[in-house]
Amino acid sequence: MANGNAVNEKKEPFVRIIKCDNTPRWYAWSMRAVAIVFALLICAVVIVAITGLNPLEVYKAMFEGAFGTERRIWITLRDMMILLCVGIALAPAFKMKFWNIGAEGQILVGGCATAACMIYLDNVLPLPALFLVMALTSMAAGAVWGLIPAIFKAKLNTNETLFTLMMNYVAIQITSYCVALWENPYGSNTVGIINSQTKAGWFPTVFGQQYALNVMIVLTLALVMYIYLKHSKHGYEITVIGDSENTARYAGIDVAKVIVRTMLVSGAIAGLSGFIAVAGASHTISVNTAGGRGFTAIIVAWLAKFNTFTMIAISFLLVFLQQGACEIASRFNLNDYASQMITGIILFFILGSEFFINYRLVFRGKMSKEA
Amino acid sequence: MKKVIAILLMLTMVFSFAACGGDDADNAGSDLKIGVILVGDENEGYTYAHMEGIKTAAKNLGIADDQIIWKYSVAEDESCFDAAADLADAGCTAIFSNSYGHQSYMVQAAEEYPDVQFVSMTGDTAAVCGLDNMHNAFTKVYESRYVSGIVAGMKLAELIENNEVPATGIDADGNYKIGYVGAYPYAEVVSGYTAFYLGIKSVVENVAMEVTYTNSWFDIAAEGTAAESLMADGCVIIGQHADSTGAPAAVQAAQEKGTVAYSVGYNVDMLSVAPQAALTSATNNWAVYYEEAFKALMDGEDLAVDWSEGYETGAVAITELGESCAEGTQEAVDEAIAAIKDGSLQVFDASKWTVDGKNLTTYTFDSTIIDFSTGNVVYEGQKYEAIVDGAFVESNFRSAPYFDVRIDGITELN
Repeated sequence: MANGNAVNEKKEPFVRIIKCDNTPRWYAWSMRAVAIVFALLICAVVIVAITGLNPLEVYKAMFEGAFGTERRIWITLRDMMILLCVGIALAPAFKMKFWNIGAEGQILVGGCATAACMIYLDNVLPLPALFLVMALTSMAAGAVWGLIPAIFKAKLNTNETLFTLMMNYVAIQITSYCVALWENPYGSNTVGIINSQTKAGWFPTVFGQQYALNVMIVLTLALVMYIYLKHSKHGYEITVIGDSENTARYAGIDVAKVIVRTMLVSGAIAGLSGFIAVAGASHTISVNTAGGRGFTAIIVAWLAKFNTFTMIAISFLLVFLQQGACEIASRFNLNDYASQMITGIILFFILGSEFFINYRLVFRGKMSKEA
Repeated sequence: MKKVIAILLMLTMVFSFAACGGDDADNAGSDLKIGVILVGDENEGYTYAHMEGIKTAAKNLGIADDQIIWKYSVAEDESCFDAAADLADAGCTAIFSNSYGHQSYMVQAAEEYPDVQFVSMTGDTAAVCGLDNMHNAFTKVYESRYVSGIVAGMKLAELIENNEVPATGIDADGNYKIGYVGAYPYAEVVSGYTAFYLGIKSVVENVAMEVTYTNSWFDIAAEGTAAESLMADGCVIIGQHADSTGAPAAVQAAQEKGTVAYSVGYNVDMLSVAPQAALTSATNNWAVYYEEAFKALMDGEDLAVDWSEGYETGAVAITELGESCAEGTQEAVDEAIAAIKDGSLQVFDASKWTVDGKNLTTYTFDSTIIDFSTGNVVYEGQKYEAIVDGAFVESNFRSAPYFDVRIDGITELN
């Protein structure tokens, strides 16, 4: 320790974290694969330690939960499409660094608008017109819900995170009010299946499949949003604002206008996912119609770096895990929490792998050699 | 690093091959397969009671564990239909759901799977929906509510005798005040609190009851707050028809601060959260139904369209009496149960209560299901005269309660 001070000053930290900008794609994907393998191994340890079950049986059950029967495959697809739709809705807002935490509320108002049309207009309008009105009102409702915080952000620079979050609570209250208004029977606090006899306003079967239309609508949206963000002037403006608002202003972009316009799009698509959730899946409305998808979709959008095609993979993974967890709980008589723990571990590793893709750890001594 | 990855990849491949080799041994003994759809899991009192009932019934009949498929925490939306259809796909011959909100999805599944029997517990459409494979079942829990009312009435009589009822506990007309925490303002709850009130009234004639709704089946905080405001208003007995321990816990806390108040619970024994405040709880013994239903299925017989049983078959009960119960309570309880069993006691004896000061001589129960948002008739039902031989006959024309008369002496506060 005689010359300790001098050494300390020069001493390299044990590990440095270096940002890698141009990670090759093969490296990124192999990193993710490794993360999944590690996650499965850790889960196996947890499964054996807590439940004493054979982890391979558990994984097999997860797989069968999502793909075991044709019906399960379609349910997986249906849930995946709704989640993906919300992810698509969030993509432009988050790419602009506008923290839209309010998708949950935007879905709910879209769902309420859809349910209202189904209840009040089922005998008034012919089916195609009813569908159009349902889709448009749900989009309008979602758009209004996105527009309000956007205008306040653009004009008064309010904090959009808090604003959109609080709009969720208003939407939940509106939904509870609607449920109380439409509850069936009176006092039961559930709306039940809307138009169960006439099936008016339900998505029609396409190619003999009940949920084929959901898939078609959402995949089309994914394509359109991809082009919008990557190859349109609007998309370019969003990217510039997301990188730096000042640069955008310097380049002559009307930031306020873009914020309002983008949130209009974001809210409208979130409203449309409410339409798909009500008319295309549940045929009812409750405060659980959004079911936390407004928040889960944030993970989808970020993990995919706003690439709507990568989002398909991410939302698939999340829904797969969720379906798998339900099946584990059912098959092995496990509490819900036990199976959610497993999905939690898998998610943790996948999110963690993003760190190793974007950053590199350089250990002591390696730095000088490389330099 | 590459080597490590290679080894890991190898391992996963080996594992995934191994996973394909799993055995699919099936129970060849009986072809009965039962699907169960639950709104919660064992952490929620109401669902726990159903799970225990099913397990007891299965044990008594020798039904193996792998003949029952459980679906936990199924929401009251399309996931209920998904679960029902999935169970049917898995070869279940009978599917039971335990929450009212599941019913419309069970009907939807029953339409799609005509060969599978569907039972919606506490539901009300089986008889009118026109499907042979749709069934409802509900206990006559109003009987045990009436008996739990007697327990409360005995306590109230003791408090009156010892001059322990505070001045705020007596209203302007000299009636003793009772409080009730209800979930939702519909027949199931109205029938329950009326039975409870009549039970108390059979011991202490001059009583008045105030009802507060929480608009939730399970909300610990709201049920606690409702109980507190009822006690603040002077109520010395707090009954409940909601699934949490919120009200009994609030009554226990108030009692420890010197308030004179006692609680009557629902579903489960409340003594663990309110050892001095809880008198008893009205409860269901679902095993009675499940055993009957499973047996019918095993014997290839039809399930009842509307099943409703009470004390006679042991389908309802009250839980163990708390230490605070008045002397002679057990005897009064036994007497009432015996009278209910032999039919000499009618819970809704029309001579014992009035509406607008008059005894009710006729009441039409219409089993038609109407969509309240649009006024459309969903299922056409029948009209029944509910007052027979001077008493309102509950759970007879339909298993789900239909007593929704607001009688004198009971005030709904919200």
